Amino acid sequence: MKPFRYQAPGSVDAAVEVVEPMGVAGQGGAFLAGGTTLIDLMKLHVVTPPSLTDVKRLGLDQIEETDGEIRVGSRVTMAEASEHPLFLERAPALSDALWKAASPQLRNIATLGGNVLQRTRCPYFRDNVSPCNKRDPGSGCAAIGGINRLLAVLGTSENCIATYAGDFANALILFDPVVETRTAADGPRQIPFSDLHVLPGDNPAKETILGDDELITGYRFKLPDWARRSLYVKARDRESYAFALASAAVALDLDGDTIREARLGLGGVATVPWRAREAEEFLKGKTVSEETALETGRIAFDGAQGYEHNAFKIPLGRQVVAKAILDAAKMDVAGAAGMTGQSGGAN
Amino acid sequence: MSNPPDKRDLPEKTGPEVTRRGFLSGTATAGAAALGSAAAATRDALGQKVDAAGGETVDISLVINGTAYERSVDARTTVLDLLREELDLTGTKVGCNHGQCGACTVLMNGTRVNSCLLLAAMADGARITTIEGLASGIGELHPMQAAFLEHDGFQCGYCTPGQIVSAIGCVKEGHATSEAEIREYMSGNLCRCGAYKGITEAIIEARDATNSSDVGGA
Ligand SMILES: Cc1cc2nc3c(=O)[nH]c(=O)nc-3n(C[C@H](O)[C@H](O)[C@H](O)COP(=O)(O)OP(=O)(O)OC[C@H]3O[C@@H](n4cnc5c(N)ncnc54)[C@H](O)[C@@H]3O)c2cc1C
Ligand code: SF4
Ligand code: FES
Ligand code: FES
Repeated sequence: MKPFRYQAPGSVDAAVEVVEPMGVAGQGGAFLAGGTTLIDLMKLHVVTPPSLTDVKRLGLDQIEETDGEIRVGSRVTMAEASEHPLFLERAPALSDALWKAASPQLRNIATLGGNVLQRTRCPYFRDNVSPCNKRDPGSGCAAIGGINRLLAVLGTSENCIATYAGDFANALILFDPVVETRTAADGPRQIPFSDLHVLPGDNPAKETILGDDELITGYRFKLPDWARRSLYVKARDRESYAFALASAAVALDLDGDTIREARLGLGGVATVPWRAREAEEFLKGKTVSEETALETGRIAFDGAQGYEHNAFKIPLGRQVVAKAILDAAKMDVAGAAGMTGQSGGAN
Repeated sequence: MSNPPDKRDLPEKTGPEVTRRGFLSGTATAGAAALGSAAAATRDALGQKVDAAGGETVDISLVINGTAYERSVDARTTVLDLLREELDLTGTKVGCNHGQCGACTVLMNGTRVNSCLLLAAMADGARITTIEGLASGIGELHPMQAAFLEHDGFQCGYCTPGQIVSAIGCVKEGHATSEAEIREYMSGNLCRCGAYKGITEAIIEARDATNSSDVGGA
């Protein structure tokens, strides 16, 4: 690691005041939460912040519900959130996406702020020597002609095909949350979650719309009652402790076996947390069946572009979407209508 | 989770560099911040905004296996570096050094974490328990240690300190209720020798005794 200054201010106001501007491509200052992305990349010299502003004394560590609205602080850990009754019972997709991510040790310290902002696992980004527009703007992209098995098939550009590696964001995005942030100059602001991450386009180094000193303080969202019928299916190279090759978060509002409304998020296949809105539209009014589920998978991957080694993600992703829909329909959800059977998706 | 060639870097000694970089004062520390001093924004010699409590050297106090330590450390020092390089507590192992293998697992305030990605500064004020802190005396192993011996929960032994500490965390978190759950919730600890079967059996055997054992407040 390169030398850096460490500071641990005692309030949100102080934190946004003293944080050093983040700049581009990780060369500026940074907020430090659990450090499981940041310290990792600092050891590799992929990011070299001159100073870290630890958020550990800022509070922001509660999950609470007021007037039907849920507020989750950005410092809540992945472990705490995955076991919180509001997540477990009211929106199992959120809990699933968390306990199926990383490892227990990492989840005990990693936070929901850092999780959503985690960086890609693209091997060329991490090696710190290959051409990489995200790490070293303008240098090219070693992944496009290189070994790209783990890279994205949706939302890519000719400048970057890096996968958004996180799981939680692909489930959270189902519930249209608002991201609550704070800056020194402008105070609090609210950002629709689906606007937070930006496509690589011609500037892959810019990953979010956050400003240079902008702190995520938390997320705010409402959960429809039918979010109880939601889950997260994650396909990966090994059964546990691995990033997604393809994953799907699904929530279904069922009337018998007719779908009133559906939400679908994809992971492991896209450059940003991904909402498959056309596929959601297609599902409206349909009867749950294997055919419908497979057709939804097909629509979700319309326009996907495979590269030399990762084209398998397209058929895999379609199957994952289909499985998620069928498993969600089978969930045994107390108080919610729908097909009954074993609760699915426990894998 | 492939990893490029390791650039493992223990913090190089800083020394005079500290002054050159305009570090405010050796006495302004995160320790002071923890006592609640207001974070005043000031500028350093390079004109950059810094917290009066920020610096490249950080004063920390930690309780490790029941013993209190106070140290002034380079901000880059991880808890793993501190244990092994400064305190000669080499039971905690370095594997990947990147959060991927679990060899470096310790308990912080009773919960398991990877010490390789944890800055010592982040752990200021915490209670840390390592493999050295488990046995209650010579010949009096913690039940989890005894069960690992009994069930051949290792071959080469390199991952074992991390496995045992993680196993205690797993039980204390309530995630050792079935074999399947143990497998899932021990997946953060890799074993190159593939001793997983023995490890799982050991955890099942030592579960109840571990629940009633007192380990670093867990
Ligand atoms: C071996 C390994 C396996 C993993 N597997 C998975 C997996 O399967 N699925 C998955 O989803 N994740 C996985 N992860 C990633 C892990 O979940 C993230 O590293 C973690 O959630 C990041 O959270 P943190 O609190 O440690 O963030 P940090 O590392 O502290 O921060 C991450 C980034 O967010 C910024 N930041 C943090 N908090 C805030 C805030 N409040 N406001 C503004 N900026 C902020 C930091 O400046 C930094 O740029 C894995 C990680 C490792 C090391
Ligand atoms: S895919 Fe993106 S992150 Fe990976 S090498 Fe190309 S530009 Fe860099
Ligand atoms: S050495 Fe820390 S997880 Fe491998
Ligand atoms: S016993 Fe050899 S790595 Fe686990």
